[in-house]
Amino acid sequence: MLRFEQGLLRFDDFTLEADFEVAKGDRLAVLGASGSGKSTLLSAIAGFLTLDRGRVIVDGVDVTRTPAPKRPLSILFQEGNLFPHLTAFDNVALGLRTDLRLDEGTRARVNQALDRVGLAEMAARRPGDLSGGQRSRVALARMLLRGKPLALLDEPFAALDPGLRAEMLALMGELCADTGLTLVMVSHDLRDAERLCSHLLLLEGGQVALQGAMADVLRDPPEILRPWM
Amino acid sequence: MARSAQPVGISAWAGAAVAALVLTVIAVPLGAVMLRADASSGLGPADWAAVRFTVGQAFLSALFSVGLAIPVARALARRNFRGRSALIALMGAPFILPVIVAVLGLLTVFGRQGALSEILRLFGLPGVEIYGLHGVVLAHVFFNLPLAVRLILQGWLAIPVERFRLAATLGFSSRDIGRHMERPMLRNVLPGAFLVIFLICTTSFAVALTLGGGPRATTVELAIYQAFLFDFDLGRAALLGVVQVAICVIAGVFVLWVATPNAIGTGLDQPVERWDGQSRAARLLDGAFITAAALFLLLPLTAVVLRGAGAIATMPPSIWVAALRSIALSLVTASVAVGMALPMAMLIARGRARGFLETIGALSIAVSPLVIGTGLFLILRPIAGPTDMALPVTGLVNALAALPFVLRALVPAVEQAEAGYGRVALSLGLSGPNYLRHVLLPRLRRPLGFGAGLAAALSMGDLGVITLFAAPQQGTLPLEMYRLMGSYRTDDAQGAALLLLVLSLAIFWIFDRGGRVNAAV
Repeated sequence: MLRFEQGLLRFDDFTLEADFEVAKGDRLAVLGASGSGKSTLLSAIAGFLTLDRGRVIVDGVDVTRTPAPKRPLSILFQEGNLFPHLTAFDNVALGLRTDLRLDEGTRARVNQALDRVGLAEMAARRPGDLSGGQRSRVALARMLLRGKPLALLDEPFAALDPGLRAEMLALMGELCADTGLTLVMVSHDLRDAERLCSHLLLLEGGQVALQGAMADVLRDPPEILRPWM
Repeated sequence: MARSAQPVGISAWAGAAVAALVLTVIAVPLGAVMLRADASSGLGPADWAAVRFTVGQAFLSALFSVGLAIPVARALARRNFRGRSALIALMGAPFILPVIVAVLGLLTVFGRQGALSEILRLFGLPGVEIYGLHGVVLAHVFFNLPLAVRLILQGWLAIPVERFRLAATLGFSSRDIGRHMERPMLRNVLPGAFLVIFLICTTSFAVALTLGGGPRATTVELAIYQAFLFDFDLGRAALLGVVQVAICVIAGVFVLWVATPNAIGTGLDQPVERWDGQSRAARLLDGAFITAAALFLLLPLTAVVLRGAGAIATMPPSIWVAALRSIALSLVTASVAVGMALPMAMLIARGRARGFLETIGALSIAVSPLVIGTGLFLILRPIAGPTDMALPVTGLVNALAALPFVLRALVPAVEQAEAGYGRVALSLGLSGPNYLRHVLLPRLRRPLGFGAGLAAALSMGDLGVITLFAAPQQGTLPLEMYRLMGSYRTDDAQGAALLLLVLSLAIFWIFDRGGRVNAAV
């Protein structure tokens, strides 16, 4: 589904090199310390950064030179996922109509998405009136509604308390199972990765230090993974 | 609210004493103006015309400055090009640029005999007329467009980069970005920017003095000056002073009511990463706005440099003497401003009566230097000859005028230093002068240098209160230059303008640079 082929990104004092594949419906956790290149990798997949070498292939289509707005994916950031002047309903509706001209059918779909994440009653609230977890749910509802085959998560739940984070990961897992969404999630917490993801990729200093199926890796964890456990 | 650990006891007393002194130096002259105001005859038609002109020109100046700044700031926010940082730095220059120099530059480009008129005449069109309302507005836009650009640019750059990335993945068009990201930001930033510029323009004196005048283009401040010097009608001057304070207080209340962005903020050198506006038309439009803004700012200054270079060597000795007087005055101003600001900043950083102290520090924005000068004139007249006190009074009033800006630079740095090192110093028993010398001052070198440079440069270019007091042989460089312009000695005025420009920039640079050298991080 996603192929990051011989990808190379070079900066003044940092180089990211990776080569991996994520099958349709799989969920890949990208683990690494701060500065290891996790978010840079996500930015390259999303099209915010252009590869100096290599290719990004999504659903069999080479999108390496495709601008970010045209790539078939959704992304959630740690912050800034919602527009503060818009209601939860409008924030979700942006996933379907960026001009917010909604017909009855569209409005029904937005309400359905909000209902799916348990926020049907909060539709008229603005982000400032929602808790951190509720804001994450609104962003998830929009992602769900957009129906893009690939979802990128750049630590969107990192600021939530552990209980809420576990709840959000469980909800995300349900949504992925329901929709067959392919997922790449950046994290610095192996337990979060284990909760949601089927595969693991460990980055160290811009290089892939480890990759494989989560179950295989955790069955006999290599030395390099010990500090994360 | 929790207060920071504070090892300095003496500074609190010093800060309170300085705050009391500032309040006295502003309130007593203001009281003298109010007592002397001749309200019996009320405002005459000419006075009402001055009020209307003051408010009208300030409104138009703010409107044009902010309106034109929007596309320029947007272009700077989304384009990365060589010279971008230099252009943004240039946008900060008008703040320390002497008004009279800029006016001469504008006259050289936009005046009756200016370059623009020459070009128009080549095509058989009449030349432009710069004196009057449009000249005053033009000069105010010259000074405040850069300020507006910096304020609005800060708003643009404050939009989180994630939001632009999110917009890209959601497929936002330029129109969507305008609606969901830019307009909400502008709704927050524009009222504050408009009101700050409106307030600045209501107190503008030197521009009105040089480009206004006459019954149809007199501001209240200019009317005070005229009542003083031409009519020697102190009652009317004082009454107009009260009117001026009323205008400033009303505008000031609006400024405080609406959150105002900070123009001194840093971090304007990184363009926002965004995916809209990549079309050829958008690039061309942005390029046109950036070029037009750069030309608007650079052409008058270039004209001053080119014309002045040929005339500076033949200037009469009196100009050089005035220059020395201005340098001495600006050094005194910088010392007084920093001397007042440091203890006040330490007290403000302590958090005690913060709002009250900040209001005292900002009073000189609401009570214009000319009104304070009028009050001091009224107080000093029975005791001493006002001309004898011209330079000390000018230095003091200039220091008061610079105080809000120096405080704005110092307070965050003091807070940061005390948050970082206050408790350690307390545990080591470092207090009083030792704390100041070993902990605080090394960390305040940069803002102190910047603040002192700002105060010195503002004083160097000041053409305000000195006009009320100075005898013919006591002129500062800006006043001498104004007198040269008034007597049509254009070459000498051009030379003086270049000298004043160089001195203002140099004195700012020396202080600012001095603060940076070996500054603690």
